[in-house]
Amino acid sequence: MRLGLSSQVFLAAAAAGRKALVGYYPVGYPNVEASLQVLKTLCGTDEHPGVDLVEVGMPYSDPMMDGSVIQSAGSAALRAGVRTRDVFAAVQQVREAGKCAVVMTYWNLVERYGVRAFARDLANAGGAGVITVDLIPEEASQWFAAADEFGLDRIFLVSPSSSDERLVTTVQACRGWVYATAVMGVTGMRNTAPTLAPQLVSRIRELVPEALIGVGLGVSNGEQAAAVAEYSDAVIVGSALLKPMIAAGSLAGLPDLQKVLDELVAGVRGGTATQNSISMIEREC
Amino acid sequence: MVITTPDSQGHFDAFGGRYVPEALMAALLQLEEVFEQALTDENFWTELTQLLCDYAGRPTPLTAAAKFSKLCGNARVVLKREDLNHTGSHKINNVLGQALLAKRMGKSRLIAETGAGQHGVATATAAALFGMECCVYMGKVDTERQRLNVARMQLLGAEVVGVESGSATLKDAMNQAMRDWVASVDTTHYLIGTVAGPHPYPKLVREFQRVISAEISQACLAEYGQLPDAVIACVGGGSNAMGSFAEFISNPKVALYGIEAGGAGIETDRHAASICGGSVGVLHGTKTFILQDEDGQTQESHSISAGLDYPGVGPEHAWLATNGLATYEPVTDEAAMEAFKALTQTEGIMPAIESAHALAGAMRIGQRLAVGDPNAQPLIVVTVSGRGDKDVDTACKYFGLSGVPDSFTGGLI
Repeated sequence: MRLGLSSQVFLAAAAAGRKALVGYYPVGYPNVEASLQVLKTLCGTDEHPGVDLVEVGMPYSDPMMDGSVIQSAGSAALRAGVRTRDVFAAVQQVREAGKCAVVMTYWNLVERYGVRAFARDLANAGGAGVITVDLIPEEASQWFAAADEFGLDRIFLVSPSSSDERLVTTVQACRGWVYATAVMGVTGMRNTAPTLAPQLVSRIRELVPEALIGVGLGVSNGEQAAAVAEYSDAVIVGSALLKPMIAAGSLAGLPDLQKVLDELVAGVRGGTATQNSISMIEREC
Repeated sequence: MVITTPDSQGHFDAFGGRYVPEALMAALLQLEEVFEQALTDENFWTELTQLLCDYAGRPTPLTAAAKFSKLCGNARVVLKREDLNHTGSHKINNVLGQALLAKRMGKSRLIAETGAGQHGVATATAAALFGMECCVYMGKVDTERQRLNVARMQLLGAEVVGVESGSATLKDAMNQAMRDWVASVDTTHYLIGTVAGPHPYPKLVREFQRVISAEISQACLAEYGQLPDAVIACVGGGSNAMGSFAEFISNPKVALYGIEAGGAGIETDRHAASICGGSVGVLHGTKTFILQDEDGQTQESHSISAGLDYPGVGPEHAWLATNGLATYEPVTDEAAMEAFKALTQTEGIMPAIESAHALAGAMRIGQRLAVGDPNAQPLIVVTVSGRGDKDVDTACKYFGLSGVPDSFTGGLI
């Protein structure tokens, strides 16, 4: 696996003696303006460190990998008029807040925009790469070319059901890191920390020792984040960050989001939130 | 010989493939392996053929429709009677095949998406027959317009889940079935009802529906001493059409027509004609023609027929259309309902509204051929994919019937 722009985030966290926190939030929920505000909050401040890497989600009409929380936010965002091009403004916002951003998307939106055009505009906006939910390396030749041309990371998913052979080829196809889906199921919060994930991560480490691994799906609180941080390089959280915003339906949800975020930040830092790590994450992405 | 088998990754040139979360790959690869083994396993086909004969009632007849033919120029129209299958449509052909594969894979639960409910009913039927658990996802809009089929599935012992997300129709039912499958793949087989979805489904469903064109070919030769000049079938996802075309794709003498649901007209935004009025994109794991907006968000389809109300189409149809190997035309709700009435009243055969689209296509194509060559009497096979019982509510509304007798007698004055 090749290192890439977003690898630096993982490596910087490791250098600080902790794991990285990756936060997902869809652009456009509850509307584009407000979502930029939420992304800024996720990026943190000196007092509240925030996430290390932001996954900017693109709402899609047919999100077959997503549970009800992300689905309903995506539908609302589409009703409110979010467009593909808004993702670039969101990425720019994250960059301005000093954090690294990758886009998480279903493939048809990229196809429709034009694979090369999407890569070009994402790179121009300062994005580090793309997590492709429903693209397997076998179908990705155009994406390989575009990502290489514009120096973008390509993050594919692996699953507990992936064979050893597929784990190797998929991880090798990644640049940056690999997204390990911790459960057999869709996105959404779960009561217990994922049980299939430790085994999946150790399989990947055995097969591709240099791989950087983010673990996602089902992590919803600090305790679970700490548990996942024990064995992964990064902890990915999505639905748990969205939930307070959905509960409020507006930016009035930000204080509750901040609480969840602080707890998750503390989780990946071994239980206590430290306030000095932000400045340690100097990188070019 | 035109090679229509997709490549090893499921591509029909630029169409098809596998655009799925990695979590589904293990299951798709397992299904592909078991299917490829079954394809060449005589025991498998013996078992399936026996089920198709003794259980489903195959072969289905070809019915000459002499009176209906008069509405179709000089054409001699014959009907391929898939409506006479057990459960009332062609869907059972594919369902029995896939249920046997599920059994071979040791899976004990079947899930399915359904639009009109025909595929759901067929799946629930096979689950009852094989003693498997069954869960059918159906858009809430469709559960309301196809209540009879909801009840049929429940009577068969299946759980029916109404899907309220998105546009609450077939495409959303398919999303929900995929979500179920990602989480249940160890015990569950996802029994896709059409020639869409990720590889190997388009190929697999085509092979299980191929029996339609194999029988058409055999019966036409036996009864008319020739192959049909044209075969016409309706296309939503396209399984009955693919089954009706499969044997003839490499034969340029048999013209193939796929009739899409034109809804209020493809010049409006209220139709379900993905080939005639859509563009290339990825939906439900395959690259094909879809209805989408400028950004690639799926657009809602519209058709009076729940079974054709799908914003995509099987990738092999996209390939056939692009290569001129089959012709695709839209038929409006209005024309389909006229044909529904016409066949019912000329032949005493009430077709599903899906199939009525193919019949409307036959009327138009037959008349057009008569203008082109007034002396020809082309033999046209129209596939009646299902029977119309499930559509009586919709037809009553459309034609303004209320279920009240025309007059009364025998009461007290």
